[in-house]
Amino acid sequence: MSHAIRADKFLLDADRTTWHDETLWFVREKRDRAAYGVPEFQELRELASGIKNHTLSRLDLYLQEFEAAAQANGVHVHWAADAAEHNAIILDIIQQQGATRIVKSKSMLTEECHLNPYLIKHGIEVVDTDLGERIIQFRDEPPSHIVLPAIHLKKEDVGDTFHTHLGTEKGESDPQRLTEAARQHLRGKFIAGEVAISGVNFAIAETGGVVVCTNEGNADLGVNLAAVHIACMGIEKIIPRLTDLGVFTRLLARSATGQPVTTYTSHFTKPVAGKEMHIVIVDNGRTQQLGRPDFRASLKCIRCGACMNTCPVYRRSGGHSYDFTVPGPIGAILSPNIDMKKHASLPFASTLCGSCTDVCPVKIDIHTQLYKWRQVLGEANEIPAAKKWSMKFMGRVLASTRVYGLGGQFARKALRLLPHGLTHAPSMNAWAVARELPEAPRQSFREWYAKQPQPATQLPNPKVPA
Amino acid sequence: MKVALFVPCYIDQFYPQVGIATLQLLEKLGVQAHFPAQQTCCGQPLANSGCERDALPIYKHFVDTFSDYDYVVAPSGSCVYHVRKHFDKLDQTADVQHVRGAAYDLIDFISTVLKVESLPGAFPHKVGLHLSCHGQRGLHQANESEMTPVRDGQLSRLLRSLDGLELTQLNRNDECCGFGGTFCVSEAGISARMGQDRVADHVRNGTQVLTGSDMSCLMHLEGIVRRARLPIKVMHAAEILNGVVA
Ligand code: SF4
Repeated sequence: MSHAIRADKFLLDADRTTWHDETLWFVREKRDRAAYGVPEFQELRELASGIKNHTLSRLDLYLQEFEAAAQANGVHVHWAADAAEHNAIILDIIQQQGATRIVKSKSMLTEECHLNPYLIKHGIEVVDTDLGERIIQFRDEPPSHIVLPAIHLKKEDVGDTFHTHLGTEKGESDPQRLTEAARQHLRGKFIAGEVAISGVNFAIAETGGVVVCTNEGNADLGVNLAAVHIACMGIEKIIPRLTDLGVFTRLLARSATGQPVTTYTSHFTKPVAGKEMHIVIVDNGRTQQLGRPDFRASLKCIRCGACMNTCPVYRRSGGHSYDFTVPGPIGAILSPNIDMKKHASLPFASTLCGSCTDVCPVKIDIHTQLYKWRQVLGEANEIPAAKKWSMKFMGRVLASTRVYGLGGQFARKALRLLPHGLTHAPSMNAWAVARELPEAPRQSFREWYAKQPQPATQLPNPKVPA
Repeated sequence: MKVALFVPCYIDQFYPQVGIATLQLLEKLGVQAHFPAQQTCCGQPLANSGCERDALPIYKHFVDTFSDYDYVVAPSGSCVYHVRKHFDKLDQTADVQHVRGAAYDLIDFISTVLKVESLPGAFPHKVGLHLSCHGQRGLHQANESEMTPVRDGQLSRLLRSLDGLELTQLNRNDECCGFGGTFCVSEAGISARMGQDRVADHVRNGTQVLTGSDMSCLMHLEGIVRRARLPIKVMHAAEILNGVVA
């Protein structure tokens, strides 16, 4: 199923689409105010991009440096080539503890690896402790946004969900009371948690430590109460030095939500005496992307979600329309690397307006990569056959002046003479579902021009300054 | 200075008056532009659909057509952006490099080459300016709201110089209209919704005349305006400027 079909489903509820668009636009505007407020914001982006490019250019070395430093801190480091290995490693750590109750803070990587269903299948209870994540976990839905996982839901939807799962009053939609119910519920889970799983925002090669940014403090609470901490990270999370971190923390929260900094920036470097800390470093397709020169820069992503908030398509089609763990513009350039056939429509789910590129704090050329993925998909025959052949036909027409002129005359005449009901039939003309076609003029520009008295061709223009 | 006029295929066929206004406006500014009759298209529709390879003969035809001119001026930033950015797929011969650098959007040409910043004339209407993404974010003809809050650009400057013209203050100054080339049919639902939202912003804030320098966006927005029978007139900026300059 293509993005367009899923988008059309979302669009059916016009009021909800308006609400979704306006909610995310509000976040984009908050981001703008935060960015305008930092005079050196563009320099910061340049610096962040440079640090990431540098790191990716010698990722193997930095990963090894990181591993050695982490091990020296007493941390167990594991390497996972793919999602299956990642999940198996985590299950193994949990089982060695004889644990069954897991608390997890937000991690897109564990979503990508489908860790929750895997652990549940093995008899482990996993509780997502981020409020948005918990809501969608109750509803058995994937996140629709990487920073705001439940942004597709209104407070009334959350009220219904909590009524079913937490026994709040039916029809309760007061955010304060709903949050309080979640807090009480989660508190019990935190106290019972035996192993805490977290994501990683930044991994510092120099120190071997990992940094987790949250607004709810749930990562700290989970990790500090449990006997074992497992931090899961993709290989691209590395930055070289601790001093580089400030560049990214200044950009991350401003770009994500317009906050100057996330409420919690938690550093985890070594286990507390008597406890264990593990770091799982995951590839899962990333080295393959690193090997594609045109798409390598997508690995610079710090998962701020700004490209989603700004994307006029995402805001009107919802995160689930992308059917990929990471939705929006960045998802559309990451997903074909994982499964080109399945995600073939995503690079086309864009007008190439370029807003994503301009908003990205690490300056990923997102819209250029969308364009380039289209070419890769075209060459691989992963675009609809009708489109491919009409483009081949057009290519021949437009490379020849004569054929082009005749075709244009014919089309305009047809448009003028055929009845409106036929030229605008929705089944035959997707344009006309919501739009009128232009009125067809009697003569084209070139026909008009040919009738004009021709100037003595190409005289230098005297009135123009040289 | 030898100046060629490039009239994109859809303007040639559906909006000849925009090509005429462009030619006449240039003439009033002292530039005799020539229209080489063998021109067709810049190839963007194919390339944006993932068929760049099929567009290569069109690129070559474009370069052959225009390599003898100092400037190639088009009333469409999108085509110009495509020539400048994506003709990198051709062997970079001297001709190809020349044509890529010589391609100018009409408003960019007037502003940066002719150095015209204001025009004499009156247009006493409330005008809503649609900033097209390829002109703005691609060719930097106006500031992007992602970068800076300053809301200025080449076309808004020219329009503001006209007597009696009031520019509409929009809620979203530079959101994409949703045309997107073949996107407008392959993602017809989202495309229409984006266009409707853009038009609603103009209606809410009192636009009487909706303008811009890229006819492709305007074709899409006009289709929505006409379907909803809204009292908004859609005109390419060349038509406004040519109409007021004597
Ligand atoms: S691609 Fe850029 S804007 Fe999008 S989530 Fe990643 S860092 Fe943020």
